[in-house]
Amino acid sequence: MSILVDKTTKILVQGLTGKTGTFHTEQALAYYGTQMVGGIHPKKGGETWTGAGGESLPIFASVAEGKERTGADASVIYVPPAGAADAIIEAIDAGIGLITCITEGIPVSDMVRVKARLERSKSRLLGPNCPGVLTPEECKIGIMPGSIFRKGSVGIVSRSGTLTYEAVFQTTNEGLGQTTAVGIGGDPVKGTEFIDVLEMFLADDATQSIIMIGEIGGAAEEDAAQFLIDEARKGRKKPMAGFIAGRTAPAGRTMGHAGAVVSGGKGDAESKIAAMEAAGIVVSPSPARLGTTLVEVLKG
Amino acid sequence: MNIHEYQAKQLLKGYGAPVAEGVAILTADEAEAAAKSLPGPLYVVKSQIHAGGRGKGKFKELGPDGKGGVRLARSIDEAVAHAREMLGNTLVTAQTGPAGKQVNRLYIEDGADIARELYCSLLVDRSVGRVAFVVSTEGGMDIEQVAHDTPEKIVTVAIDPEAGVTDADVAAIAAALKLEGAAAEDAKALFPALYRAFVEKDMSLLEINPLIVMENGRLRVLDAKVSFDGNALFRHPDIVELRDESEEDSKEIEASKWDLAYVALDGNIGCMVNGAGLAMATMDIIKLYGKEPANFCDVGGGASKEKVAAAFKIITADPRVEGILVNIFGGIMKCDVIAEGVVAAVKEVGLEVPLVVRLEGTNVELGKKILNESGLAITAADDLDDAAQKIVAAVA
Repeated sequence: MSILVDKTTKILVQGLTGKTGTFHTEQALAYYGTQMVGGIHPKKGGETWTGAGGESLPIFASVAEGKERTGADASVIYVPPAGAADAIIEAIDAGIGLITCITEGIPVSDMVRVKARLERSKSRLLGPNCPGVLTPEECKIGIMPGSIFRKGSVGIVSRSGTLTYEAVFQTTNEGLGQTTAVGIGGDPVKGTEFIDVLEMFLADDATQSIIMIGEIGGAAEEDAAQFLIDEARKGRKKPMAGFIAGRTAPAGRTMGHAGAVVSGGKGDAESKIAAMEAAGIVVSPSPARLGTTLVEVLKG
Repeated sequence: MNIHEYQAKQLLKGYGAPVAEGVAILTADEAEAAAKSLPGPLYVVKSQIHAGGRGKGKFKELGPDGKGGVRLARSIDEAVAHAREMLGNTLVTAQTGPAGKQVNRLYIEDGADIARELYCSLLVDRSVGRVAFVVSTEGGMDIEQVAHDTPEKIVTVAIDPEAGVTDADVAAIAAALKLEGAAAEDAKALFPALYRAFVEKDMSLLEINPLIVMENGRLRVLDAKVSFDGNALFRHPDIVELRDESEEDSKEIEASKWDLAYVALDGNIGCMVNGAGLAMATMDIIKLYGKEPANFCDVGGGASKEKVAAAFKIITADPRVEGILVNIFGGIMKCDVIAEGVVAAVKEVGLEVPLVVRLEGTNVELGKKILNESGLAITAADDLDDAAQKIVAAVA
């Protein structure tokens, strides 16, 4: 089992015809036959996209048309920042179930607008500013490097792309492997939060342990910790290891990710680590020891 | 991006917010004409730097007994005397750090009779994904301290983006601030105007501390701090014009030209990393092994060889840097591109400090090969732990 995506997931690409969209669609097609079923371009509907290896996909003029013609239930967005919010809204309006937005640099006010639309819909948004989601040997949406994954038992959820790769790589090296890795993204206003993904991992039988990677800014880690405490009281609990990036970040400075900033005395690493530890997560002080920390947790 | 107080007030005035008359000056010679153009007889001379705590701040050159960075003047002569003493000197506040900031601009403003000082800010409340007003009756103080000591005195009102600021929202804010009479009437125009300014100009923070009730019962914006969402500047050329580069670190300005996420820090190990989370984690692990990072630097996912070289040059140009750690986990970023960029930069500017490189992910073998064949004195590392230990040992 896995969460969010598997070998049945059919994916449309919004922004397929650009350089980034093309490169990552080629990579996805090469990853265990991930079902990329078409691209979207308002002016190129009816044309065909061709990858470097001779792969081809139909292009549709709208997400609604693409969904109608292919039965797609997911989309991935590589549209540049200025148009990305409208691309998300188009996918919401077309009734796409899982929308993954890779785009970094979307204005926050655009995401406030998207969030309001999202709340009135049945769609789930991953991101923006995220690496996507990958279920090993089944489906790759986004930009995670497929080669470091191995089918296994660890669920991984992270605000950071490259730290997701660290967790994946280390759990692969420890022989544990992954059920699914989910990047929720580094922006302050986003679709899916830690709690949503943790709920799915707790409910997934194949996921036997979880790695959660947070960073400074906001209170999503504290909220997630409270959720885990509440669930544990109901008897739902899985072994967890974690990490928080940004212990050494100065207050008031935005550290790369738009959401990674300690402001107004809130969102610092220490309070997140304390909250996670109170929820029973073993928080590694080193990003290099995520895998070994989880192994120690599993030994008990 | 931050702007000065006087720029923020001009912007808010354009939305109908009540601000005092004032004039910004760059030289002391302009002070007299500036003061004369105001109604008087009370003037306020305010240092314009991108940092808070100016009133309690001290000028380095004037010693501990000198007056602060915001001063009252009861005559034009006094205002001019203050201007001469403040301009060009270095103001140290709780937010500038010990080095302080040189005061290159002053804002001379008409004084106000203050009855009450309130706090009002707008920000994006990430827990609900909406713009929210954060208000308190405890204005003119450090709001973080208020939040810590008396959290019940801070009220948050989140705004539905599709409805905008409703009458009920205004009433809730006014009640939280205990506004009555003329002030409550002013509130009906002011709060929707502040919201409009925030949304239309893509602000990330609009802080009015204090918002005052004057002796005549009317509201006035007495101080204003505005930051903008850097990701939205592409649609606000008028805001970009307000940027004051003299307020920013020169290394950060150079980095911004290359669209690099770079933050200058105080340590002596330079870092070049891909991904914001990994870049923060790299700083953290350096600290874990007992040293301090000189910078945060995320070259991003799709960096070119030229961009990587530019980042490397910014890091090597920092005189504090005694060693460099390059840490790459290639996803989008290909390891060979990083290697080529590093080699190109070293060939151009030389390398006088130890360099440890850890490469993993896409095209890692090709990247390692390029570094090996370059003949440069590079220490290769197997993983992040190994890399951090090697660079810390190299500069110790």
